[in-house]
Amino acid sequence: MELYRSHVLVCGGTGCHSSGSGDLIDHFNRDLKKYGIEKEVKVVQTGCFGLCEVGPIVIVYPEGAFYSRVKDEDVTEIVSEHLVKGRIVKHLLYHDSVDVDHEIRSLDEVPFYQKQMRVALRNCGVINPENIDEYIAFDGYMALGKVLTEMTPEDVIALLKESGLRGRGGAGFPAGLKWEFTYKAKGDKKFVACNADEGDPGAFMDRSILEGDPHSVIEAMTIAGYTVGADQGYIYVRAEYPIAVERLTKAIAQAREYGLLGKNILGTDFSFDLELRLGAGAFVCGEETALLASIEGDRGEPRPRPPFPAVKGLFGKPTLLNNVETYANIPQIILKGSDWFQGIGTERSKGTKVFALGGKINNTGLVEVPMGTTLREIIYEIGGGIPEGRTFKAAQTGGPSGGCIPAEHLDTPIDYDSLSSIGSMMGSGGLIVMDEDNCMVDIARFFLEFTVEESCGKCPPCRIGTKRMLDLLNKIAEGKGEEGDLEKLEELGEGIKIASLCGLGQSAPNPVLSTIKYFRDEYEEHIRDKKCRAGVCQALLQYIIIEDKCRSCGLCARVCPVNAISGQKKQPYVIDQDPCIKCGACMEKCPFDAIVKR
Amino acid sequence: MSAIDLENQEKFQQLQKVIDEWKDKEGPLMPVLHSAQEIFGCLSLDVQKYISKEMDIPVSDIYGVATFYSQFTLKPKGKYRVGVCMGTACYVKGSQAILDELKKVLDLKEGETSEDGLFTLDATRCLGACGLAPIMMINDDVYGRLKPEDIKGIIDKYRDK
Repeated sequence: MELYRSHVLVCGGTGCHSSGSGDLIDHFNRDLKKYGIEKEVKVVQTGCFGLCEVGPIVIVYPEGAFYSRVKDEDVTEIVSEHLVKGRIVKHLLYHDSVDVDHEIRSLDEVPFYQKQMRVALRNCGVINPENIDEYIAFDGYMALGKVLTEMTPEDVIALLKESGLRGRGGAGFPAGLKWEFTYKAKGDKKFVACNADEGDPGAFMDRSILEGDPHSVIEAMTIAGYTVGADQGYIYVRAEYPIAVERLTKAIAQAREYGLLGKNILGTDFSFDLELRLGAGAFVCGEETALLASIEGDRGEPRPRPPFPAVKGLFGKPTLLNNVETYANIPQIILKGSDWFQGIGTERSKGTKVFALGGKINNTGLVEVPMGTTLREIIYEIGGGIPEGRTFKAAQTGGPSGGCIPAEHLDTPIDYDSLSSIGSMMGSGGLIVMDEDNCMVDIARFFLEFTVEESCGKCPPCRIGTKRMLDLLNKIAEGKGEEGDLEKLEELGEGIKIASLCGLGQSAPNPVLSTIKYFRDEYEEHIRDKKCRAGVCQALLQYIIIEDKCRSCGLCARVCPVNAISGQKKQPYVIDQDPCIKCGACMEKCPFDAIVKR
Repeated sequence: MSAIDLENQEKFQQLQKVIDEWKDKEGPLMPVLHSAQEIFGCLSLDVQKYISKEMDIPVSDIYGVATFYSQFTLKPKGKYRVGVCMGTACYVKGSQAILDELKKVLDLKEGETSEDGLFTLDATRCLGACGLAPIMMINDDVYGRLKPEDIKGIIDKYRDK
């Protein structure tokens, strides 16, 4: 094995990859060759570091120099200064990664990482996901070895039940129980499946795990296969995740080559293999029965449960289905024990949870925190607060199945139960922050448009009900809302929650119901005063010319497509509100910023 | 035989290989449809009928699957597929304005393809690059932290290619 004096870790997660980290790697390698130090310095493409906001990220070890938003030309400087001469390029360092004396802090002391605890993401940003040796060097496949040589399936199930691990896909069903049901189910053939159809908009933790640490999922699924008695597994991945598919494909091939998948794993009688299946863009396929139907090659429509997949799943056989993040926790639980896992989190929600921070927040990215961390800690201490000094309005968790949480609940310790008690849900862990510029009616409408489009159409409450709710919301947003509309929305919402067949319909009204609950006055303003305080709902806006700023140039009147603006020399121009179609062309054109929308 | 027929014949041969590879495995339809779309650019009725015959699955079932998933398309798409992410993170950061600007610049509605076959405009689901919101993809290239005024320049680059 070669020894290197420095390692250059370049983030190859989707965020950094999109902003050109692949080219940076090529550039590093070219420059290292140029100086003849390619045998001394190694460039490694890792998974996601989590702090996507400042990507592309490059970290140089042993110093731990954290370079952020690295551009192509910066590579030249980092190589010639840091890697050749040993002088850290201070002006390129991420500002939070140095202390007041400009000394480099270790990553654990950077505010973004300080409160985090990485279990599922433990290897993301640490190892090269395309190299199985690096995973093995970090205790990879040790849990599998332990299970195959020292534990019976009953031992594994007992350990998981004691650990208190709950499914990370959204509903939070105890993982140990699910494994036990599948283990006990009778069948000549059983399957293990992984739900990697991460469809919640704004959630990308599963993607990061698959891209940054694919072997952890493969190892956990193999353990699952041994435990429940399956010899075949399927990973169902979104087709929108090409990098994840590519790395998984490589990882499966490497595991086979090392005898960690296939016949007689680690010299035992146990055989297990994995296959990838690609989705094709249907949100409902994240629902377990729909996902299994899709693997079978059918339309991804859910079916009533029971029978649960643990009894009758893929191809009619007992099937264990867990989500990516759930699997990623398993090897650690096996190695460190259930007491260790029990010690993290709250009473009924154990362990950590990964959240994808997005929207109006300074540090967008991926964070993993112990259950029970408050929203305030996540948003202000880890997330760095709201940009441009704006005010927090709401945090949306759980995607189209979740709800909006207002400022009054910022100090709620978040776990599965606390989130559902305040009308939202954990979901897969998307956390979108909104400020005063976001209209709650518009956000509710946004999510409902999503569910209306993604409803598979099988059951009427979801197919017709969500459409009716959307009609009402559109009416309100267009300024045609009437008294009683909110009550109708609430009644419809409650009905749809009870009567729908699957999780999609049962949770679809949540974004609407939670915003009505916490932001009722904003809805009422739309209905009674025909006003949108955030300035989002086009139909309720007025474009107005500020007299003091207007220089009477007449540009606005000339671009107005409906001739709604009039005026004369040396007098401020005026917009006639009746014919105005609110296209905004005048505001765009005005050279003096004299036109505003209210 | 004309050049077009020849090309078509080659494509069907390619498809036949894929079908042979998958026919005896469990749940073969989705992978075959993915490959067919890659080979032909879309799942036209002829392609569906061919798969139906070779795999012994009613064409109605195939049509049902092909129309259920948003990534399968029955009509060919443009040379450059412009997709604006309408995920939540992008939406709260103003992706609607990006989409509106694209509609103006390309003179297309969502889901339409330009007459010259150059561009298709789509509003897509979350692309998982929320750190760069708002984003759009043109084929495999990602453009992040967009402002409406960036759009024209980016599109012109592709027009001139």
